[in-house]
Amino acid sequence: MSSLAACGGTEAGTSRIERRFAALKAEGRGGLVTFVTAGDPDAETSYEILRGLPAAGADVIELGMPFSDPMADGPAIQASSLRALKAGFSLSKTLDLVSRFRQDDNDTPVILMGYYNPIYSMGVEAFLARAREAGVDGLIIVDLPPEEDEELCGPALDAGLHWVRLATPTTDDARLPAVLARASGFVYYVSVMGITGTKSAETGDIEAAVQRLKRHTDLPVAVGFGIKTPEQAGSVAGVADAAVVGSALVRRVEANLDADGRAKAGLAQDVLSLVGDLADGVRA
Amino acid sequence: MSQPLNTYRSGPDERGHFGIFGGRFVAETLMPLILDVEKAYEAARADPVFGAELDNYAKHYVGRPSPLYFAERLTEELGGAKIYFKRDELNHTGSHKINNCLGQILLAKRMGKTRIIAETGAGQHGVAVATVCARFNLPCVVYMGATDIERQQPNVFRMKLLGAEVKPVTSGTGTLKDAMNDALRDWVANVESTFYIIGTVAGPHPYPAMVRDFQSVIGHEVRWQMEEAEGRLPDSLIACIGGGSNAMGMFHDFLDDTSVRIIGVEAAGHGIETGEHAASLNGGRPGVLHGNRTYLLQTDDGQIIDAYSISAGLDYPGIGPEHAWLRDSGRVEYVSVTDQEALEAFKLCTRTEGIIPALEPSHALAHVTKLAPDLPADHLMVMNLCGRGDKDVFAVARHLGVEL
Repeated sequence: MSSLAACGGTEAGTSRIERRFAALKAEGRGGLVTFVTAGDPDAETSYEILRGLPAAGADVIELGMPFSDPMADGPAIQASSLRALKAGFSLSKTLDLVSRFRQDDNDTPVILMGYYNPIYSMGVEAFLARAREAGVDGLIIVDLPPEEDEELCGPALDAGLHWVRLATPTTDDARLPAVLARASGFVYYVSVMGITGTKSAETGDIEAAVQRLKRHTDLPVAVGFGIKTPEQAGSVAGVADAAVVGSALVRRVEANLDADGRAKAGLAQDVLSLVGDLADGVRA
Repeated sequence: MSQPLNTYRSGPDERGHFGIFGGRFVAETLMPLILDVEKAYEAARADPVFGAELDNYAKHYVGRPSPLYFAERLTEELGGAKIYFKRDELNHTGSHKINNCLGQILLAKRMGKTRIIAETGAGQHGVAVATVCARFNLPCVVYMGATDIERQQPNVFRMKLLGAEVKPVTSGTGTLKDAMNDALRDWVANVESTFYIIGTVAGPHPYPAMVRDFQSVIGHEVRWQMEEAEGRLPDSLIACIGGGSNAMGMFHDFLDDTSVRIIGVEAAGHGIETGEHAASLNGGRPGVLHGNRTYLLQTDDGQIIDAYSISAGLDYPGIGPEHAWLRDSGRVEYVSVTDQEALEAFKLCTRTEGIIPALEPSHALAHVTKLAPDLPADHLMVMNLCGRGDKDVFAVARHLGVEL
């Protein structure tokens, strides 16, 4: 049960996330965090993408838990959620997908990202037990701010999962300590006010924001929202510990669907080739 | 007199919880803004100037107080309880929605916001928001499901006449819940300038409490009007529930008057057993959506299911968190009424009282017709006639198979 132990502890250097960011630091580069939605556009294609991500150059994997009403996401990610749900995906299948991924990969951190209701519906305890067993490393739950920490943040930390907190341009210095108090693994900086996959921030603004966060925390800072190209990923990875790309990848999924919404041959390869380009970007 | 040990009127707590319900389940981007709204609302509430301003507009612009009307012919027809209508359909814009919009836009101005957004289902809330935006000269964007725009053309035109921009929502399933999602997305992107006027007693704290407070004028008036008319408290209160703002507005004042029976009526659509309904309390279970924990229509996997009702104003898959709490605490009874029953009540009210009710309060009225005949003549029953039916005549014609 080495995977259990590995995803557990939050002592320095003991978890996959911590090891990965330590390795990136040693390499002297920023990382690439990729987001795809579990089950999009179907179970097998989704597995094919997920399995191929580490080799394509993803350093950390964010896996979206499909939800019918993703309020903080833009049209691209909402559409990917709805495709997955239409294909019969669920939270339970998302956890199974992680287990399957872990059979071949015990090193790449996997963070589940999504909204609280499917987890609440499954039951917090049952979810956390299954997530640990599947080899999940951390959680990003968009609609659970620090004000609602007792719901899932506390229990997840107790269960040995990382709780990756979102910080935004609206999180001012007065509020930042509360936001960072229980953050672990890394901090996800939302670089623009808005939803996923729309506006992009200026590199200078991002750098200033990352510096501000670093004054308050020793955790690595990953920056996301609006990063679409290898060049953007590269410049963000130059000023932060990692760049997060999501909407651009699920748009690539969408571009490879036939008229009936089914995956065309080569979908996974095409998505992974974009990941490869992005990975080159952060290594440039 | 000693204080009662228990009160149903003290909620929510400082974190916005009514028992396990309510809360602030929003993205971090919104959280500072939600806290700002809360702070500004607390200050406004304590400020007599704000209260006086609101009262003044309520009186001269909305037309409050709305009458408490003895529905004599309906009472005779049903042959039991003495039935009163609280006539909020006589308000400016034709429903109770304006009570809340007025309060929120005064708050928005106080906060220095320069742009208003809202969601709407049937368009009643959208029209009320567009109205106050015209009156207070603020730009207004109303998010409305593409399907609802198709069904509610007159209200869409009305909003446009009033100067609002109506944005069709095609994301998700293109209904009220998606309109609320898109309004939240807009807000996240425009937090500095924008105030979001939520139309019902739902959403993140402080909205459920704030909207309730602005609607509570309904219950306050019922109390003194009934005292004037009958010299005592009513025996029962009945109101329809989608998100539940008109009901909360009428109920709240009476929650600690234990002699008053209080009943909320949900929309059962084609029948709860068919799965095509909007009865979150009677056919859903607790979950988290749109910033609060409440009863939701959802799948086993926690995915939100679209609500259905003949009345576009009731087809929301959730309900205000205070209602969820009042249901679990047993203080308020929640029942449901089908499309067909609501249609029958709609016709009955029109013919016996010469009042065309909206399809929403027609649900409450349908329950009145079930209860009243078995109650004594001295039972005082108040139904909130929260909207007028002009907007619904086309839909009703369609359901009755009449070509207009």
